[in-house]
Amino acid sequence: MQPLSAPRRPRALPRDPAPSKWKYRYQRWMLTPGVRGLIRIGVPCALIGIIAVSWYSHGTNKEMVAAKWEEVKATVQQRPEFMVSGMDVVGAEPVLADLVVATVPMAFPISSFDIDLEAMRQKVEELDGVRSARVRVGEAGHLKIDITPRIPVALWRDGDTLHLLDEAGTFAGVVETRTDRIDLPLIAGDGAQDHIEEALSLFRDAKPLQERIRGLVRMGERRWDVVLDRDQRILLPAEGAVAALDRVIVLQQASDLLDRDVAVVDMRNADRPTIRVNREAAGALHRAGQTEADN
Amino acid sequence: MGDLYDSQRAMRNMRKAAMQRGVIAILDIGTSKIACLVLRFDGPETFRGADGVGSLAGQSSFRVIGAATTRSRGVKFGEVDAMQETERAIRTAVQAAQKMANVRVDHVIACISGGRPKSYGLDGAVDIANGLVTDGDIGRVMAACDVPDYGVDRDVLHAQPVNFALDHRSGMADPRGQIGNQLNCDMHMLTVDSMALQNIFFCIKRCDLELAGIASSAYASGISSLVEDEQELGAACIDLGGGSTGISVFMKKHMIYADAVRMGGDHVTSDISMGLSVPMATAERIKTFYGGVMATGMDDREMIEIGGDTGDYEHDRRTVSRAELIGIMRPRVEEILEEVRVRLDAAGFEHLPSQQIVLTGGASQIPGLDGLASKILGQQVRLGRPLRVQGLPQAAIGPAFSGAVGLTLFAAHPQDEWWDFEIPADNYSGRSLKRAVRWFKDNW
Repeated sequence: MQPLSAPRRPRALPRDPAPSKWKYRYQRWMLTPGVRGLIRIGVPCALIGIIAVSWYSHGTNKEMVAAKWEEVKATVQQRPEFMVSGMDVVGAEPVLADLVVATVPMAFPISSFDIDLEAMRQKVEELDGVRSARVRVGEAGHLKIDITPRIPVALWRDGDTLHLLDEAGTFAGVVETRTDRIDLPLIAGDGAQDHIEEALSLFRDAKPLQERIRGLVRMGERRWDVVLDRDQRILLPAEGAVAALDRVIVLQQASDLLDRDVAVVDMRNADRPTIRVNREAAGALHRAGQTEADN
Repeated sequence: MGDLYDSQRAMRNMRKAAMQRGVIAILDIGTSKIACLVLRFDGPETFRGADGVGSLAGQSSFRVIGAATTRSRGVKFGEVDAMQETERAIRTAVQAAQKMANVRVDHVIACISGGRPKSYGLDGAVDIANGLVTDGDIGRVMAACDVPDYGVDRDVLHAQPVNFALDHRSGMADPRGQIGNQLNCDMHMLTVDSMALQNIFFCIKRCDLELAGIASSAYASGISSLVEDEQELGAACIDLGGGSTGISVFMKKHMIYADAVRMGGDHVTSDISMGLSVPMATAERIKTFYGGVMATGMDDREMIEIGGDTGDYEHDRRTVSRAELIGIMRPRVEEILEEVRVRLDAAGFEHLPSQQIVLTGGASQIPGLDGLASKILGQQVRLGRPLRVQGLPQAAIGPAFSGAVGLTLFAAHPQDEWWDFEIPADNYSGRSLKRAVRWFKDNW
């Protein structure tokens, strides 16, 4: 007869806890410091990154983020601390100042974040009358433009317009008529603006003729003509123009050469200064000579 | 010899690498259990100089951060018997210890308890060239030791210089810098079976671990369970393990003799199993709960249920008196101790100034063993427990762990061995020339 009580299970041997080879290797791998660091820091970071990117890749979310960003940016930029309420132009005459204001039109008040100071400076410096400019947002929210204007030293006639030139030969503005700047010497001719220095020294040299001098004309882009009233001209050489002019002035002071009926004093050849007289004077001279010969 | 020299040097380098990483594992592969301790070398003494012994006998440089024990499988007489099983057991222990330490270990220091260890006393002498002993002279005198023919199938496990003599002054620990004409060296060499050693190498390698040192378990037990004056004056440590009983004799803080008896606690268990016809597991339980070696009148009345699973009432309700159990255990324990006595006599233990005998190991926990041992081994017998090391869990401070604890001390401060000194240059060049000749022979 079978025993009525439930058969006792044979007591199993204690379970062998030996890990399998791969489990053992896996555990050792997981205990490696690099791997532990990767799992503790790398995996959460990667997870957060993936979630953020997948959320952002939806069109509406992207727009929402961009809109929010713009809104936050605007609230910061529109704060009264950053607002610019006016413009001061310093260091320029009223005419030039008006020109500067007209060059950089601005609707105040405006946030200082929206003003490109560098571009504004370049734009202002492009004006003829401005030598250099410094633009900054000054105290009390005023845009301050410091102008160093160009100082004109000569007038240059180009066709019908009269340009102002500074000592470097750069245009420094336009005047309507010669009488506006009667104090400035007048020069003309192609390439005249590149030799302002020489022209000014000629003008300084020609002080004794100041009453009569009309201007300087650059001839053939290499030498100067001094134009006097009564259509008189002094033709100067390309080299040593000042010395040649000095000789003419000495002649004038010695023998009033230019007060006579002379059309052209040609000093181009230093060895052989030549004068050309007017036709009537030449005829008169001729006749006088004949009469003398007849007598 | 050269081959082993290289492998031992490689292990020393591995140990150095492990020290730099700061983590090293101890693996005590025994017959009844496999213990793994994970040590971290970060104590205040880690980077102190090599002079002398530090505080707490130099153990404050490390702490135990992981400990695990598992039932040993596939090991018999302290030798690997079934490779796969042993490997699994090592994996279990290492994994559990790593888990507790929460750190990965790559370097292991192991011990071998079987392999029929054999001790040799070597001596050599050299003339000192310029009258002053240098490092090179130490290497030369050790190379001059005439190595006995220990057999091709054996490997050197330890080769420790135990004594230096300069002219007529003997008993020097460190003759460097001293003046003399002739330097003598006594060396203790311990060889074990190559096969046993190779099997342990291979098992550890298969667990993806690097061996950073190997020691005899008798030696390890000795350094952990003998106190300092015992080591100095002369003592024997008897490590009663599961499958083998290790004997190590210490004198002047050096091991001068080691041997092993291929019997241990497992044989007592199998005697009980056979004598009472119970399974091994039950026999082990009965041995640990009720075992003893000194019977008293009281023991006749103490009946032990030995149980059974057959379903036969008469068989399953058997009882046996404790006196009968002691009657089974005692002859085997006596046999083991007699065998130890024979080995000690052969080693000339009686000539030592002090003849202290320290019993340690798992089987030394049999009640009354010290009484029995003093009858057989002499009057100066005590039961030894391993030194306390920092961080060792409560479960691992018993005498069964003296081998493992000894290995931690060995890991922290290994004794200088033959291979820690430079090979003399002439010897080396001769060897390399020989190697070159052999290469030519092999290839042309």
